[in-house]
Amino acid sequence: MSTSDRLDATFAALADPTRRAILARLAKGDATVMDLAKPFSMSQPAISKHLKVLEQAGLISRGSDAQRRPRRIEAKPLGEANEWLENYRKFWEGRYQQLDALLDELKLSKQTKTKRAKRPRS
Amino acid sequence: METKSKLKVTAQGEREIVMTRDFDAPRDLVFECHTKPELLKKWLLGPDGWIMEVCEVNLKIGGKYRYVWKQIADGITMGMGGEFKVITRPELIHCTEVFDEAWYPGEALVQSHFLEKNERTTLIVTILYNSKETRDMVLKSPMEGGVAISYNRLEDLMETLTK
Repeated sequence: MSTSDRLDATFAALADPTRRAILARLAKGDATVMDLAKPFSMSQPAISKHLKVLEQAGLISRGSDAQRRPRRIEAKPLGEANEWLENYRKFWEGRYQQLDALLDELKLSKQTKTKRAKRPRS
Repeated sequence: METKSKLKVTAQGEREIVMTRDFDAPRDLVFECHTKPELLKKWLLGPDGWIMEVCEVNLKIGGKYRYVWKQIADGITMGMGGEFKVITRPELIHCTEVFDEAWYPGEALVQSHFLEKNERTTLIVTILYNSKETRDMVLKSPMEGGVAISYNRLEDLMETLTK
């Protein structure tokens, strides 16, 4: 699958609130289909359908426990999809950290000026 | 000590990107830092190794601004500029943004809001592109349609994941 195809699959999978909730739940730890069905008042087959979409997008995988088949969240596709915004964020966060430092400097110099102005004449 | 990132970037609606960032300073100061060349030159720099060579700001409605950055090592420059559309000191600036070597067609409208609370400032920058196509191109997205909404969802999900 190309990066573009993977992104398509990722966003298609994320386009459903139940699937996002499943991912949020799996982010806290692996869970079986039974575990996952509980909070959604959904049948197991319905949950399984969602899991299939998530699995095809590579967002989750199946654990090694053959009996329980717990699902696990996979970080890579989400990471790819978020890459652009993250690069942009990093760029600006860098600039803004420089602005933080400058603001501290300016605040300090203003305070010093105020103090000087307030100092009573001897 | 809190180390998590302070800047939030999301796609919004069809044509916008929104950045939100808090600063531990009153908004008068944050506003000044965004509008006075001698202050802008101290922070609005490119990546390491770049300097801001030109910084001209004519802060009035219809006034222009121009920034040119230069890479010290090889002298490569990058320039951009635009025109001020709305100025409400110290809370609001709307200006256009055009890059010299346009990496996206047409101009974008940059709306900066400075909100103050308890001597702290929240800066909200909304970049509105001239079309959904442009914004999505800026998002460097190979996807068609629905990208903005998807990014919003992704953002929400990331928040859930990092909580």
